[in-house]
Amino acid sequence: MGNVLVFIETTTTGETKSSAAALLGAAAGLGTPVAVAAVPAEAAESLGRTLATAGAEHIYLVTVPEASSELGTAAVGALAQASEEYAAIAALLPHTNDSKNIAGRLAIVRGGAVTADVVALRMEEDEVIAEHSVFGGDYTTESTVEEGLMVVTVRQGAIEARAAAVTNPSVRLEELRIKTAPGAKIISIEPVTEESERPSLLAARTVVSGGKGIGSRESFSLVEDLADVLGAAVGASRAAVDANYVPQALQVGQTGVTVSPQLYVALGISGAIQHRAGMQTAKTIVAINNDADAPIFDIADFGVVGDVFKVVPELIEAVKAQES
Amino acid sequence: MKIAVLMKQVPDTWSDRKLDLTTGQIDRTTAEQVADEINERALESALRHKDQDASTEIVAVTMGPTGAQAALRRALSMGADSAILVNDPSLAGSDMVRTALALASALRDIGPDLVLAGNESTDGRGGLVPAMIAEVLQFPHLPAVDRVEISDSQVTGQLQVEGAVVSVQSEYPALVSVTEQSAEARIPNFKGIMKAKKKPLDVKTLADLGIDVGPGAATAKSVMVGATERPPRNAGTKITDDGTAAQQLAEFLSSRRLLQNHQ
Ligand SMILES: Cc1cc2nc3c(=O)[nH]c(=O)nc-3n(C[C@H](O)[C@H](O)[C@H](O)COP(=O)(O)OP(=O)(O)OC[C@H]3O[C@@H](n4cnc5c(N)ncnc54)[C@H](O)[C@@H]3O)c2cc1C
Ligand SMILES: Nc1ncnc2c1ncn2[C@@H]1O[C@H](COP(=O)(O)O)[C@@H](O)[C@H]1O
Repeated sequence: MGNVLVFIETTTTGETKSSAAALLGAAAGLGTPVAVAAVPAEAAESLGRTLATAGAEHIYLVTVPEASSELGTAAVGALAQASEEYAAIAALLPHTNDSKNIAGRLAIVRGGAVTADVVALRMEEDEVIAEHSVFGGDYTTESTVEEGLMVVTVRQGAIEARAAAVTNPSVRLEELRIKTAPGAKIISIEPVTEESERPSLLAARTVVSGGKGIGSRESFSLVEDLADVLGAAVGASRAAVDANYVPQALQVGQTGVTVSPQLYVALGISGAIQHRAGMQTAKTIVAINNDADAPIFDIADFGVVGDVFKVVPELIEAVKAQES
Repeated sequence: MKIAVLMKQVPDTWSDRKLDLTTGQIDRTTAEQVADEINERALESALRHKDQDASTEIVAVTMGPTGAQAALRRALSMGADSAILVNDPSLAGSDMVRTALALASALRDIGPDLVLAGNESTDGRGGLVPAMIAEVLQFPHLPAVDRVEISDSQVTGQLQVEGAVVSVQSEYPALVSVTEQSAEARIPNFKGIMKAKKKPLDVKTLADLGIDVGPGAATAKSVMVGATERPPRNAGTKITDDGTAAQQLAEFLSSRRLLQNHQ
């Protein structure tokens, strides 16, 4: 079995971020998972334990005196070194703003090639095959890399597999040796705390989204109230984000996140093609919109032509009644 | 200051975009081809600096088929000073690394202080080309910034990562990729469109750039091995609210076991 590198995103204090478990799960399905991270030395020991529990057979840590001085540089170097030392067949990274930067740079440093925004991975006749969902799920394509390191970025929330815990992983603490391009200087890292108790948009079984039709930031609580009785995550259209009803992280669509929940509820959303690109693979789609010609109805399993301010409060009561 | 803006021509997201199922490549014949919105935003950031400092020179650069000139004309009509199309038959179907190598060579000839790109193209959604170009050129990369501030001596921006917002900065030369949270693009006016017709638009082949990244070049490459189409989704029940819609909808959800306590 070949070695598969997994890049572990960490916080400034060296704790793993949410992508680690799925990436190690995907790697275990392809070969031997090698977790790679760039962390402050004092964080190495506890990180090692966490990664072993999440399924890393080998743990390769590059210690950085100042984890936060240059964006991505230590991570690119760590992955480049590990790919040589473990003769890795592939490197998996999360498809996030910071890790995409690392993935692109790594492919150049190692003379590899990339396959991006992957939703599934499998091994076929000694080749890693990556699956992509293209044009909002209208197409599924498969790709691989020939003659070189395969650098893969994995869509957040797409992989369900998890690796079994490893009891005796090999742990290596190394210095950064490989010289790469300089990274941008990090001036500050401001933590963003999630106040919400709701499930995350990427993992939720149900998503309730609001659009421009919700009308204001204040009335967006209507969307949240329905989400809460359904145990759902909250999403939004770009027009709702542009109008500042909610932060951009909640945007569903072409240039936002792609969700595939069991149930997607669109409230006051017209269903522009770019919005549909982020939600049309949901199992069941429900829409409430006062315009009978809104394109969202073309893909809705259950559509209500009506006013959200009237129908949604009634729906909340009806759902509560059904549930009791 | 010299700013290069990387423009990409893509199938319009408003149209029905198709893939060729035999090659896995984008079918450029079915949808209208336009300059990607994200690149117009990148250009807008450059133009705002030029509005402040008229000595700023802006070069729009793209790699693509001959038709991709339209995206460059759009950039010129918005206010870019000149444009370069990298076009070579051997670049057709290039993967991201090859695209980055070709664009990096073109950029080397231009010698910009700052390169602006989109964070992710709407056709590929790869979002890796800018980082690759930065690594090839040995420029610091400010990736996926929501806001970019360009001054004479440095560029700064903020990017969202899991659990934090990171502020980054670089002196020149540097490469910045912007998100759709960045500057809303201006619409070219009539004067701009007329002026654009007289602005220089050069076409460069790989021989002109003095590089070989075509299919013969011995590097790793990513290859498409399969493509399938999902059957289109159909509309289901649609009712007009007569006072009972909420009740009917709740029953529908319950019948599909989509309510919390039925899961
Ligand atoms: C390159 C590109 C990328 C894009 N990416 C995205 C993306 O990722 N996500 C995204 O969402 N969009 C995206 N868009 C924008 C997209 O084209 C639409 O502009 C956007 O989705 C519209 O949002 P909306 O449906 O909330 O607003 P609108 O289109 O304004 O629709 C509002 C709807 O609310 C209805 N309504 C109004 N009042 C009520 C009421 N009281 N009760 C019930 N219904 C009501 C109206 O009938 C209307 O249908 C992108 C566009 C481009 C060009
Ligand atoms: N063929 C190309 N020509 C010019 N710029 C490109 C090209 N491909 C990618 N880019 C730039 O890189 C950004 C991100 O593209 P991608 O990595 O393909 O998602 C785009 O928004 C462009 O700014």
